[in-house]
Parts: sequence; structure tokens; C-alpha cells
Amino acid sequence: MAVEQPMRAAAAPPGDQTRIHNIGYRSYDGPRLGRAYARRSLYSQSLRGSYGLGRSVKSKVLPMLLFVVMCVPAAIMVAVAVATKANELPLDYTRYAIVMQAVISLYVASQAPQSVSRDLRFKTVPLYFSRPIETADYVRAKYAALASALFVLTAAPLLVLYVGALLAKLDFADQTKGFAQGLVSVALLSLLFAGIGLVIASVTPRRGFGIAAVIAVMTISYGAVSTLQAIADAQNSTGAIPWIGLFSPVTLIDGVQSAFLGATSAFPGGIGPSNGEGVVYVLVVLGLIAASYGLLMRRYRKVGM
Amino acid sequence: MACVTTFDSVTVIATESLSKRFPRVTALDRLSVDVGPGVTGLVGANGAGKSTLIKILLGLSPASEGRAEVLGLDVATKGAAIRERVGYMPEHDCLPPDVSATEFVVHMARMSGLPPTAARERTADTLRHVGLYEERYRPIGGYSTGMKQRVKLAQALVHDPQLVFLDEPTNGLDPVGRDEMLGLIRRIHTDFGISVLVTSHLLGELERTCDHVVVVDGGKLLRSSSTTDFTQTTATLAIEVTDTDSHPDGTRAVREALQARGVEFLDAATTGLPGAGHILLLTAQGEETYDVVRDVVADLGLGLVRMEQRRHHISEVFKDSDATRKEAVGHGS
Repeated sequence: MAVEQPMRAAAAPPGDQTRIHNIGYRSYDGPRLGRAYARRSLYSQSLRGSYGLGRSVKSKVLPMLLFVVMCVPAAIMVAVAVATKANELPLDYTRYAIVMQAVISLYVASQAPQSVSRDLRFKTVPLYFSRPIETADYVRAKYAALASALFVLTAAPLLVLYVGALLAKLDFADQTKGFAQGLVSVALLSLLFAGIGLVIASVTPRRGFGIAAVIAVMTISYGAVSTLQAIADAQNSTGAIPWIGLFSPVTLIDGVQSAFLGATSAFPGGIGPSNGEGVVYVLVVLGLIAASYGLLMRRYRKVGM
Repeated sequence: MACVTTFDSVTVIATESLSKRFPRVTALDRLSVDVGPGVTGLVGANGAGKSTLIKILLGLSPASEGRAEVLGLDVATKGAAIRERVGYMPEHDCLPPDVSATEFVVHMARMSGLPPTAARERTADTLRHVGLYEERYRPIGGYSTGMKQRVKLAQALVHDPQLVFLDEPTNGLDPVGRDEMLGLIRRIHTDFGISVLVTSHLLGELERTCDHVVVVDGGKLLRSSSTTDFTQTTATLAIEVTDTDSHPDGTRAVREALQARGVEFLDAATTGLPGAGHILLLTAQGEETYDVVRDVVADLGLGLVRMEQRRHHISEVFKDSDATRKEAVGHGS
């Protein structure tokens, strides 16, 4: 302190005070909004980032393209339904995401690494944790942001279908029920896919590895499951089909919604799980979501600094 | 300024027999030190425990034993409150290349709890203070090392902390960038009123910048005192000369000529300076020594590459502990 006082006096001699004041350092006395605000800021930044907003033009291309690809078939279906005066939509609300699963997987594969691998690769993570937010805040913000981004991606075409259905003067109660069921289904799907995608992406600081690994997990598991299901179907061991479906994210969602959300199953022969088996599906989905969260927490507690 | 007066007589950092043991390494060994306001240098060889200490002080890594307080807050229980009041500039790269400095620092300001408008205003101010102007709108990927260091510094200052931890801020900078960074660090305290804890493994640079220097080695406190204490004794002068045809070994010629004039030399080999073979260290007995050196070099027809004052070097604290330091080699932090 003995050194400090004369220096300060020298920096601001009495006559120069106004000039120094104008160009000089201004301290901040305003509000500091704390952890919850920081978490919300990280959430909105990550959510915007998932569609390339606030990032370079290049990084907007893929997410926006995938968004359009998700919505175009819905728009076409609506156009057809309106034009032909059909009395129902060509595709159920709940079925839409299952049909478009490749696009959704691609989106997860591209955006999950974008969300977390970059922070690891460029070692930005310590900057977050040297601030009031903690591991849980970071994980929750990132998880919620990717799940929300996925929900936007999967719910938007459903909204298109719904609005189109109402324009085509289809039965309001029927359509609303279907739409609501569809929203519940894609909400679950968003949470599940976001969790799996983030866990895989958070392991590697390399974005490329992350993308490849997510695609591999999503497609290989689905390919294996549907192949096994087809074999089971061909050998008439239909009892096994629902149980095999537990082993890939897409078929899990399919199982849950055909058991509880009035969907027709996309499993071979349309054999969805019974209500009892459906409970197992729901438990597995919730378990996977919880496990993803737990694994992310563990991962980031270790990365910390 | 407000925080300077508030913390006038307060200890900014206090540790009490603080230890951190990893399974195979003791990073900090019963470190007790008090740091007051101002610029404090934390000096130590690589692996001396500097970064470990900062992590503990940020409340991010629990100490194995002992306790520590930052701004009067216990690191074990008040980590979040501490992190709201301090800034941290890490040693390593931490900047995403594809966003601009402005966007990045605004985001970091919000992460510190600043409302959106304040975050933008403070970002513009802070980037200007660290010396980034038009380039702040360009992606960070295209910045020079010096500019990146400034962005890193800006994100540590943007929320107007009461204390900043700067981990090796001069790493990778050229001599000019190094001087600019050191000047900036000095201003953080004198102009901004923010106390600074700055680490470095280069002793010389901290003695110019800091009010107080703490030397750690192998996780132990070697010395903690004000910079003036360290360097109060006679000044050391470093000179370097060119060789000419008539004097193929200019260094030796000057050395001999100066010795003939009664100038005392420090043994360069023991000071462990880089290029010690070409740099002569001599004891300046006042102004006239400079004249003697000038005259001798001129008489010999040599070029004087360097003549700079090196105050009594902090490195001398290390001399006594060379043995311990050698043991500490290989201790990662």
C-alpha cells in the first residue's frame, strides 16, 4: 500500500482530473446477476449457436439446411392434404420423427460436438469454471440448449402439419390430440438424443471424432436393432421384437409412443410393445436421460480446470 | 478506486500451511503467505506449484490441508463468491478462433453476471484499455500471440474484479510485447485499482512490475517480501559487445580492459542467465561505471549491443536453494 498511494496521485494530478477521468478506467458498480443469470445466458448462447446464430455464416449452413429438410416434407404433405381434400394427414404426428430420424441424427451429430467439443478443444472450459457458475450449471445449460434445439427441429414440422391440418378443415379434436401426442414424443426424443449426443461429444475435443461417433452410435444401433427385429419377425419369434427395440434410441422412442401415445409402431409387423413392455421402455428412456446427465456431470467435474 | 480504498489495510490473499498433495507429487507444502493489495509476483520454476495455488485460491480444487482466504473469503466454503470478485487469466490458450474478441468477451462478461447492456459497454471499455481497437471485430483466429494475450486479459478484467490472477501472462511474447504486457499489468493496479497476482518463471520481469514478490519452489515458500527489499543493494549492469577483426573475442577484451580499470564482475556462470557467455555482468558503483564502460568499449572500437541495468537479481534467492530445486525437478504442478 505504501507504494500504491503516490502512484495513484501521479496518475491523476489535480489539474488533469477531468481528462484522466474521461479516458480512464471506469469501475463497475451495477448489478451482478449471479449464477442463475449466467446459466440462462449460457443456455441462450448455446441454443442460438445450435442454429449457427451469433456464429459464422459457414456454421449456419448445416443446421439451417437440416431444419428446412425437416420441414419441407411436412409442408408437402399439408399441400397434398389441402389440395386433395383428404380426410386425414398421410402421416401421423408421432410417426414423423421416426421417418425423419436420419436427419435428426445428423443434426445431433453436427451440433452436439459444436456445443461441447469446442469448449474442450479451445480450453474455454476453465474460463467458465473460474466464474460463479459450476459444473452443474454448465451441464444443465448445455443439455437444455441442445434438447431445446432438437425440440425446435422436431416440433416445427409437427406445427406445420397441425396448422395445415386445420387449414384443410380436418377434425379439430382429433388433430389436436395427435399434435399433443406428437409433441410429447419429440420432447422425449429431444432429451434422449441430446443426452446421448452430448455424452459422446464431451469425451473428445475433436469435433470430427464427435460427429463420426454420434452418427455411428445412432445408425449402427438402429441398423442392428431393425435387422435383428426383421430376423425375429421372419422366424415368427414376434415376442422378441419389442425387447430388441430397447437397444437403439429411435426404436426406444417408437416403443414408448406406440405403447402410450397412440402411435402405430414402425417395428416389423407393426408389433409394438404391450403396455407392460411399454413401462420398461419408458423406464429405459428416463434411465438413459438420467445416465447421460450423470455422465456429463462426472466428465465435467474431472475436466474442471 | 473504490476497492483500493476499501482494501487498504486488508490482506487480499492469506494462506495458512496450505498443502496440496497428489498421489505421487506434493504440489504445495505447508505454504503460509500473506499478500496485500497491489501487484504481487508469484515466482517459481515450472512445477513449483504456482498454478495449483491459483486453482485452490479460486475455490476449484480443495486443499489437502491448511486453509486459505481470498478477499477475506474462505476458499473452501465461499468459492462462488470469490469467483464473482476475481478474474482469472489462464496460462494456456483459451480462445475460440471463430468468434470475434468482442463477442467472446461479451459472453464472458455475461458469464460473470453482467446484464447484457453492461456486458457490451464493459467489453468495449476493457478491450480499449488492453489496447485492442478495430481488430476486435475480427475472428480471434487471425490474431497475433500478443493480441490473444490481450483478449485473455480483457476477459479476466471485464467484470471489474477486485483481484485478478494472471498465470504467466508474458508467455510466448516477444520482448516488446512482454514490456507492453508488463506495463499493462502495472496499470491494472495503478489506473484500474485492481490488485494483481501474477505468476512467472522469469524472475527479472516481475521485479520491474511488482510491489511484492513471493517466491515458491517445490511447493514451499522461499521468500516473500517487497520488491525493494529484493533489489535494494547495488545495481548490476549487463553489457554485451560485438566482435571485430582486431578483437575476435570482444567480450573477453572488454572484460580484461574493464578489470584493468578496477570494475568488478559478477560470475556470469553462476547467475544462470541465457547466453551468459556473451553477456558480462558487472557491479555498477554509481554513474561513473557507465562512463567507464562507454569509454572502454569505444577505445576498443567495439559495438555496444546492450548495456542495461539489472538490479540485484531476484534469481539470487534461488542460489541458496539450488539443491532443493534440483530435487523438485520433475514435480508437475
